[in-house]
Parts: sequence; structure tokens; C-alpha cells
Amino acid sequence: MSERSMARAEGATVQPQLRGVPAVRMEAVYKHYGDFTALNEVDLKVAKGEKIVVCGPSGSGKSTLIRCINHIEKHDEGLIYVNGVELDHQRKNIDAVRRDTGMVFQSFNLFPHMTVLENCTLAPMTANGMSEAGAKDLAMHFLTKVRIPDQAAKFPGQLSGGQQQRVAIARALCMRPKIMLFDEPTSALDPEMVKEVLETMKKLAEEGMTMLCVTHEMGFAREVADRIVFMNEGKVVEQAAPEEFFKHPRSERARTFLDQIIH
Amino acid sequence: MSHFSPTAAVSYFFNYFLMKGVLVTIGLTVAAVVGGLILGMGIALLRMSSNPVLAGAARFYIWFFRGTPLLIQLVVIYSGLPQLGIKFSVITCALVGLILNEAAYLAEIVRSGFMAVSAGQREAAWALSLSPWITFRRVTLPQAFRLMIPPLGNSINSLLKATSLASVISVEELMRRSDMLMQEHFQILEVYAAATAYYLILTSVWDAVQRRLEKHFGRSSAAKTRRVAASAPVAQASVEARA
Repeated sequence: MSERSMARAEGATVQPQLRGVPAVRMEAVYKHYGDFTALNEVDLKVAKGEKIVVCGPSGSGKSTLIRCINHIEKHDEGLIYVNGVELDHQRKNIDAVRRDTGMVFQSFNLFPHMTVLENCTLAPMTANGMSEAGAKDLAMHFLTKVRIPDQAAKFPGQLSGGQQQRVAIARALCMRPKIMLFDEPTSALDPEMVKEVLETMKKLAEEGMTMLCVTHEMGFAREVADRIVFMNEGKVVEQAAPEEFFKHPRSERARTFLDQIIH
Repeated sequence: MSHFSPTAAVSYFFNYFLMKGVLVTIGLTVAAVVGGLILGMGIALLRMSSNPVLAGAARFYIWFFRGTPLLIQLVVIYSGLPQLGIKFSVITCALVGLILNEAAYLAEIVRSGFMAVSAGQREAAWALSLSPWITFRRVTLPQAFRLMIPPLGNSINSLLKATSLASVISVEELMRRSDMLMQEHFQILEVYAAATAYYLILTSVWDAVQRRLEKHFGRSSAAKTRRVAASAPVAQASVEARA
């Protein structure tokens, strides 16, 4: 807890907004799937080091929002900048943005035919040209950090869901991203495994990582988030610090949403 | 003179002339698998392309070669094309026919293998900034390949036996040479017993190889459960009878 408050205090000395280029800037972003509008004029600014939790009812565009940030999903209109690089559908810019961002998926998406260690070393070796020994050291460093170095030689299918998701976090960290995107990282987990993954994410937050996290874990949001972004029907309806959002949601939609998920 | 001579059957089994036919059968099979896989892979890629003309051409190819008997294809290539001034040697005719035919089957197997790899795998590769080539080579291909092995094995087993159709255009493989021996000695059952034994040995050896391959590529337990789920439609596609 003291580490965490220190991290907070450090953040407080420099106003996030004054640190120069924002980590993510979205301006009037639209995304359509046929007739369905998944993102409807979304504006969002995320400062470096900021932790954002995105929540909202299902189908509100939360996942699409963060999947557009690393161009896994292609936005149709509007501007997206990631660390100052415009995501304009050009290969070179997409590549630059993906190098700056790490992503953790709801269904882990580990490579099932590779060991845990190979999952972690593949990208550093092939995309960053690291030596095998260097990549292994790096992988073990992050596997230790997510507290499963002893599983390095196993295949993903031999691990529990919580362990797999922690491997997925380590794998993303091996590319040394500046921004981490989490797409419902605990939604596919058995309840008893949610905590270990959230703890790992908290640790990452304490170290100052910029994070955007789609989650329904309101306890995590309250504790870790600097800001909560509430979405509905493809729009950002409300943005506020957790205290404020939970105590005084401004929109009717946010109020009903909170009533439904907090019992 | 109703009588079967086991010693004659055994002697045909060790007949040098017949053994050379076995080698031709193996050679035809291996060449058709390799050629068919390369061509089939290309056709599968076209079939999956977003360009409707390319995808349509690939679809037409598959429809055409799976929809006509291999026997007609071989005869047309061997006897029909010379009418248009296109002439190949006998063995080339057999290889062209077998490869063109096999490619159509393998293209569908390759395609269903790739389709069965979840989109999340590709997304994870993109998110890790893997290049398209590395994504293909290290992420999708190995997983697709594992899903392809069972139907691929079936297809190769069929192909091995289908090479006997090349006997019709006078390729001296196992079947043709059995015919030749039979016509010379009229020991029909004895000669074909030897040939049957060779076909059974070849298909059994291939079965064993296939089992080894499946075991080797199915090491991770997660992959195993995914294969069970994903291979059902794949296997179905390939079990269709070959002409």
C-alpha cells in the first residue's frame, strides 16, 4: 500500500496533462459494423501514466474502443493518436503504435503450441531482433514479476485460467509497451482466479504504466483507476474520478448501470 | 483346376518386376503429395483472398477437379491433349493428373485448417507487432497444420490407392505390373494377393507415420482439446469419396 501511495504522490507532483503528448488522443472517432454504430463520435484523452477503467453495459462499444487504439479494429472516421503517432491506417504508423501498446485479451489468446517461455520470447526475438538468451532473460524477468517463473516450460493448456492470463500479461510486457490495454481480462476466469490477475494489474499500475482497462470489476476500478469512462450505445456518456462516479453518477444510464452491477 | 498356390503368391510378392512397380507407386504418391500440397496451398490462399475474382477462380478449380473422376482427368491429359498438340511423357501425364486432382482436395483441407485457427490468435500476434510472415509461419501455420493432419492423412491414403488408376494410361506402377504378370501367367489370385499385400503394407506404414505426426504436433494439451472441437468439419470435408 505504501508503494502505491508513493506512486500516486509522484504522479501528483507533475500534472499528467503537462507531461507533453498524451498517451492516447481520440477525436470524433466512429466505427460501424454494417448498420450498427459501435463507436459514435468518441473523444478521449489519456495522459501518460493515467489509469482508465472503461465500463458500460454490453454492446456499448468498450471493447471496440480499446481495440481501435492498437488498430486490431479499424476505425472508420475521426482521429486517433497514440503517443503522438497518428493511426492513419498506414502500415508504418500502425506498427509504431503496436510497438508502444501491449494488449491482454478476455480469452488470453496464448499460442497453444508454444511453451509459456516461447510465448514470451517469440515477439522480442522476431520483432525486436533480440538474441535468444536475451529474450529468455527478459521473459523470465516478467514471468517472475507475474509470479509464475516455475511454469515457463509448460504449455498454456496445462495452466489454470488465472495463470494463463498472467502469462499473457508477461508476454505483452516483454515488448516493453508504454501503454497496456486490457479487454475484460478477468471475465473468462473462474471467480477464485480473478484476484491473482487483478493483483498483477495493480502492481503494474503502481509502477506507473499507462493503462486502459475494460472491466466490470468495480472494486479494482475504485482502487486503481484515475478516471472512469462510462460508455453507452457507442458514446462516452460520462467521465469522472471513481469516487465521484460511484457516489454521484450524473447520467440516468450510469445510475441504472451501477444499480445493476453493485448489489 | 480350382486351386490357390500360396507359394506362387509369395514368389510374386518377392518378384523383382513387381517390386519395381511398388517403387513407382511410392514415387507417384510422394510426388503427388508434395506437388499437390504446394499447388493446394496456393489455391487455398486464393480461395481465402478477399479478391472475388481470385477466390472465384480457386472455387472453380476445386469444383471442377473434385467434381470429375480422376480417371477421366488422366485419360484426357494422356490421350485428349495430344489432339490439341500438347504432349507429355506417360509419367508426366500421370503426375500432372494426380497433382491437379490432389491439389483440389488438399486446398480444401488447408483452407479449413486455417479457418479453424481462432481470430484471437491472429489478433494476439498483431498486438505483439509480429510481422505478417512471422504470424503465418510461427502462429497460424503450425496450428492449422496440426488441424490438417487427420484429414491430410485420409487424403494421402486415398491418393496412394488412386495411383493405381495411372495403370490405365500405361504407367508401370504396382497395379499395371500386376496386370502384366497376370496376363503372362494367368495366376490371377496369386498375383493380386501379392499386390494387395503391398497396398496394405503401404497404407499401414502411412497410418503409423500419421499417428506419429499427430502425436508430435499434438503435444500441448490445450491444442488437443481444440483439435477435437475443430477437426470435425475438416474431417468431414475430406472423407468425400474420391473418383
